[in-house]
Amino acid sequence: MTKITYAHTWLGNMKGDILSGLVVALALIPEAIAFSIIAGVDPMVGLYATFTICIVIAFVGGRPGMISGATGAMALLFIDLVAGHGLQYLLAATILTGIIQILFGIFKLARYMKFIPRSVMVGFVNALAIMIFMPQLQHFVGESWVMYVLAAVTLLIIYLFPYISKTIPSTLVALVVVTSIAIFMNVNVRSVGDIGSISQTLPIFLIPQIPINLETLSIIFPYALALAIVGLLESLLTASIVDDSTGTESDKNVESRGQGIANIITGFFGGMAGCAMIGQSVINIKSGGRGRTSSLLAGIFLMLLIVILGDIVVQIPMAALAGIMIMVAISTFDWNSIRTIHLVPRSDAAVMIVTVLTVVLTHNLAIGVFTGIILSSIFFVSKISRVHVESALEGNKRIYSIRGELFFASVTELLPKFNYEEASITEVEINLSRSHIWDDSAVVAIEKIAARFRENGKNVEVTGMNEASTELVGRLHNKLGSH
Amino acid sequence: MYKNILLATDGSEHSKRALENAINIAKCTEGSKVDVVYVIDASKAKSDVLNNWNSVDVNDSRMKQLKNAEKLAKESGVSYEIKILHGEPGPTIVDYADKSGSDIVIIGSRGLNGLQEFMLGSVSHKVAKRANCPVLIVK
Repeated sequence: MTKITYAHTWLGNMKGDILSGLVVALALIPEAIAFSIIAGVDPMVGLYATFTICIVIAFVGGRPGMISGATGAMALLFIDLVAGHGLQYLLAATILTGIIQILFGIFKLARYMKFIPRSVMVGFVNALAIMIFMPQLQHFVGESWVMYVLAAVTLLIIYLFPYISKTIPSTLVALVVVTSIAIFMNVNVRSVGDIGSISQTLPIFLIPQIPINLETLSIIFPYALALAIVGLLESLLTASIVDDSTGTESDKNVESRGQGIANIITGFFGGMAGCAMIGQSVINIKSGGRGRTSSLLAGIFLMLLIVILGDIVVQIPMAALAGIMIMVAISTFDWNSIRTIHLVPRSDAAVMIVTVLTVVLTHNLAIGVFTGIILSSIFFVSKISRVHVESALEGNKRIYSIRGELFFASVTELLPKFNYEEASITEVEINLSRSHIWDDSAVVAIEKIAARFRENGKNVEVTGMNEASTELVGRLHNKLGSH
Repeated sequence: MYKNILLATDGSEHSKRALENAINIAKCTEGSKVDVVYVIDASKAKSDVLNNWNSVDVNDSRMKQLKNAEKLAKESGVSYEIKILHGEPGPTIVDYADKSGSDIVIIGSRGLNGLQEFMLGSVSHKVAKRANCPVLIVK
């Protein structure tokens, strides 16, 4: 884990980066097209996005070797925006997303990502997998058996070809074979060209044509905020995965800023908002990519392939695309979470499932993540707010020992745990040595308990308060007056 | 006879038994050394990172897995070294064995994940096929 120079992140692994850049470029094409279709925009919007993001991130990203581009997580978020307001608003939202992400980077908010509970993160990737899978089904509606056969052939090649050779990516083989079948056997199935057009030109700089006023901002801001958060969540998760699989470290705040810069530039070049891609980054690492060059070349090769092979790309049957995306969904899903669902705490399993269900119902990963975070906070509070009271009798003195955290959520349960009218005692000791007073509710509660004992003619003594609790009680005592 | 012993481990039961064998073989020859090798696979990194999202370091849980191996090695008194490598397990182990001049590779017959093994073939099989030194597969 040594510090590496910027130049080294470009030049340190040339051979591996050139090869992996080409492999990733090929793997990016079907995904960029499929995610554009999910979002309801022309395939070029996703291809341009992946092209510009790959190139920009190569220069300004914080995690060399990571691949970013048009992703499913982002595409899902702006389906409604595109349907309701059109492409220009999407481009504007993309630019605003970038601005928000740069702010995230400047204020170093990346570390708070670690506060998101594990079960919410697992729910996030599982929901993402389901949301990539579901839109593929609609491609089969009203299609002939040929479509099913071609999709099945695609999947069979993807999963079985690795037995024959691992040097050529099986996804590419599937794409070439199934597209050839569709072209040469002249089968009548829908292809990419039936859904959108591929223009064999480079993207050009354009300012989104939208009225610049408050109304526009109020339309795009909620989308941009959700995009910024989901984009960073997936990017930082991917960065951690790349960190782990290469045994190197990366700067997450630089990455946040880099993602922002990439999205701003993408918005001006007619591309949709994107983020890091888990699957593509893993492909890059496995193909030997480690440096910035791999991302740069992936972007350049992608555009070259589109310019040279655009005529063939439009003939890729939707069956092949759907097959590839089903594979992407399967590999995105965290199957380990299903295998261990009976082992993890029930509250964790519930958070994961609720996160997934929320996303499936709202089609919005941001809402799912927030629901998951809120639910796990509630579980956490209820777990930590359990307070135990033990009592012992010493002559005419009753000693209550309180064990647990005393704060607003735990005090309501505390009050009924005492016997205020016990006749045989004159002294009461409340021992707090195994407890901690966190807030004014707790101070008030302890004072209330003491007062009720006094009303019943008992002498009350509070003992064993730790230093921090004593300090808080002292400070609040004057402020809150006599309770 | 075997001086440089490479033991591949993934923290599974099988690899624990493999280690016991490695220790026994190491004891036969004076001055022999066991390299305990753990390989982090890029395709496994996703679930490892997810499952350790709230821990300080993903390597914590791996270190825990290796701790048992280390304890066993330490108690036996043979000299050992722990190596964490990155890449696809099979080729990475073979590559390391060649470069470090291992005299024997010892590996458990099955890993942690049955499904993956079915899809990709077992690591032990690949190592046995490609390594240039004797390979002991422990059942």
